[in-house]
This record gives sequence, C-alpha cells and structure tokens, in this order.
Amino acid sequence: MLEHIELFFRSIFIDNMVFAVFLGMCSYLAVSKKVATAVGLGAAVIFVLAVTVPLNWLLDQYILRDGALAWLGPEYADYNLSFLSFIMFIATIATMVQLVEIVVEKFSPALYNSLGIFLPLIAVNCAILGGSLFMQSREIETLGLALNYGVSSGIGWFLAILAIAAIREKIRYSNVPAPLRGLGITFIITGLMGIGFQSFGGMLTGGDEAAPAPEETTVKAEDEKEKKKKEEIDEKAVSYNDVINK
Amino acid sequence: MALLSKKDTNLILDPLADNNPITIQVLGICSALAITAELQASLVMALSVIFVLGVGNVVISLMRNIIPSKIRIIVQLVVIATLVIIVDQVLKAFAYELSKTLSVFVGLIITNCIIMGRFEAFALGNNVWRSFLDGIGNALGYGVILIIVGFFRELLGSGTLFGIKVLGDPVTKTGLYATGYENNGFMIIPPAALIVVGIIIWVQRSKNRTLIEEN
Repeated sequence: MLEHIELFFRSIFIDNMVFAVFLGMCSYLAVSKKVATAVGLGAAVIFVLAVTVPLNWLLDQYILRDGALAWLGPEYADYNLSFLSFIMFIATIATMVQLVEIVVEKFSPALYNSLGIFLPLIAVNCAILGGSLFMQSREIETLGLALNYGVSSGIGWFLAILAIAAIREKIRYSNVPAPLRGLGITFIITGLMGIGFQSFGGMLTGGDEAAPAPEETTVKAEDEKEKKKKEEIDEKAVSYNDVINK
Repeated sequence: MALLSKKDTNLILDPLADNNPITIQVLGICSALAITAELQASLVMALSVIFVLGVGNVVISLMRNIIPSKIRIIVQLVVIATLVIIVDQVLKAFAYELSKTLSVFVGLIITNCIIMGRFEAFALGNNVWRSFLDGIGNALGYGVILIIVGFFRELLGSGTLFGIKVLGDPVTKTGLYATGYENNGFMIIPPAALIVVGIIIWVQRSKNRTLIEEN
C-alpha cells in the first residue's frame, strides 16, 4: 500500500510528465489557450494512459523482456525481444486509441463530443508513449503499480495543462513585450513552474532511497571546502537524474 | 545551381529560421528540451532526427500513392518506429554511455511531432527529392535549436563544451574561475531549457517582427 502512495505522489509532483521530463509538450503548448479545451485533453490523456500503461506492462512482462517467453516452454526461455518494444508499444497505443474512440462514440456520445476531437491527437502525444517507456525503464513490478503509474502520471499532466491554461487566460490582459507574446512567454512560464515543481523533490529525501546520496555529499564537502557548493549542486543534479532514470 | 533550384534551396533554408519547427511551428518540443544539458547529447539527438526524418520522408513519399488514407497514421508510425529502432540499436552498439544518457528519449523520436507533421504536411503530397530536402531542412532547423540550447546550457552550467573544460578548472581555480566566476547550477536543471528556448524565441521575434503573435 505504501509503495502505491509513494508512486502516486511521485508521479504527480516529483516526476511530473511536463515539468520534469517534458513529455507531451506539443499538445501542452498547442491546446492550452482555453481552460475548457485543456480540461478535455487532460481527461483524455488520463484515460488513455490508464489503459495503455497496464496493457504495455503485460506486453513487456510476457512477450518482450529478456526471458519473458519462458511461459511458452523452456526452449523459448533465452529469447530477448526488447528491441521490438518501440514498435509494439506504439502499435498498442494507436490501436487502443482507435478502439477507445469507437467504444466511446457508441456508448457515450456526450463524452465522445467532449473528448472526441482530442483522441486521435493523443496517439502521437509523447506523454502516452513516454509513460509506457518510463514504465519499462523504471521496472515497475506489478500490474497494479503499472495502473497506478498510468493514472497518476496522467493526473500530473492534467494538472500541468490546467495550470498553464488558466495562466494563459489571465495573461491575455497583461502587457507582455511584443516578441514574447504567445509562445515565448508560455515557454518561460512553464520553465518557472518547472522550477517550482522541483521543490517537490524534497519529498523524496524523507524516504530511505534518496537518503544515502546527500550524506555522501556532506562528507565530501567537509574534506574539500572549496568544492562544497559546486559538489552539492552536481550531486543534486545527479541524484535527481538517477530518480528520473529509475 | 543545377542540383538545387531556388525553390528547392528554400525547402532547406526556410525551416532553419523563419519557419523553424521548434520556435515557429511548435513541433517536437518534447524531446528537444530534456536532453540538452550537454552539447554532445544534443548533437547526437539532432543527427538521429536528421536520419529518421530524411529517410522517413523518402519512404513515405515513395509509398504516398499506395497508402490508403484511413490507415496512414499507423503506416507512418510503423515506418518511424522501424527507423528509430535502427538508430537505437546503432547507439547501443557504438555509443553505449550516450544511449544511457538519452534513455527513453531516443524512443520518443517516434512521437516527435516534427516527424508526423512533415509526413502529413509534405511527404504525402510531394515527390521523393523534394520530400528528402524538406526532411533534411526541418531536421536541421530542429538540430540548430538543440545545439544552441545545448551550447549555452553546458557552457554556463558546467563550464565545459563536449566535456572539455573551456573556462578553466573550477576546483583549482584556473582560467576564468581565478577571477571569481562561478558555474550557474541553475542551467543544469531541466526547466532551464524552457527558459533558454523562450529567450531564443524572444530574440528571433525581435529580429523578425512579422512573426509576432497576437496576445
């Protein structure tokens, strides 16, 4: 249970899809002019991530990874198909998006009208493929955690696009320097929000995983006082990258 | 020029500045930002995209008359994914460390909007040679921004270029560091990339005021 909670908050705040790893930026920038459309796209992303991440987890676990084919029989045990994962993941995503579109259109026309136009866009949203690839590279252990990861990173993306859309609606009334209008200021605001979101990284140091890294830093820093400042910054960046790579 | 007519030259030159995929068309931002903390990674990413987009545009352009339009998205995705797998395997074989740094972002070239965007907007309706030039041009426009961002982030953030200490040694205080200069750790963290791109957009639009958007 604890690991579910940790993963949930980590995917929403610390490893936020938009602010920490820059996934789904294209639609994030293009569809964030109005709050209403941003909410529609955000909901569609949560939905598709929640479907595709667990599905790709199964695919990875039982077909793609090293030795995954062992359930077919001992002679298949040393097959490693992981080089096929890009093409398998993207095929799953494209077909699932299509399927979801058909099902939603049939059973809930109201939902289709609000999500409909965004669903085809989502097939090529980096956040969706990114979710599956990070799920693979972080070696998420169970199907439940994979579902959790899909939903929570979707929520993180939703929060991000909702926030920027709200800010952009307000900023229309401000006096932005002409060359920065539109795209430029959106980039800079996103950067500043990203820096804000970095402070959630402090949530991790309470856990046992990230604790050893800062300890090492202080020992080193005592030895070499001159290097202290730079070392800490580097160490932070390194441990942060480690977290991302996990 | 016999090889490149004026129209063809524009196909390559336009995306470099006035129709840049990142700063004007807003495509392919996703992978552009995360890997630009070092110049070397930016360069490799740029080369990978040049390869994928150049070859991909040619393949799609060759098949443009036989792809049924209903399933074109999935055909395009398969072509891109195949090319990206080639890039990924080559990187893993010859530059393993680098492929670790780029991690999932090589895979994310698949959903790089530039590639789908150029397939849809250009390769499906133009002949092979023009599609090839368009692909190379747009990938170069993408690469230029990547390299500019990578250059400033690595130079200001760690005082190095391609891992070579160009500003002197921060520990023994040689070179620029002797005068009290410090590295800006801020440039290493991911959000700095967004701010650098924002500034590039600012500079570009101040130079060419026709690009300014309405508020």
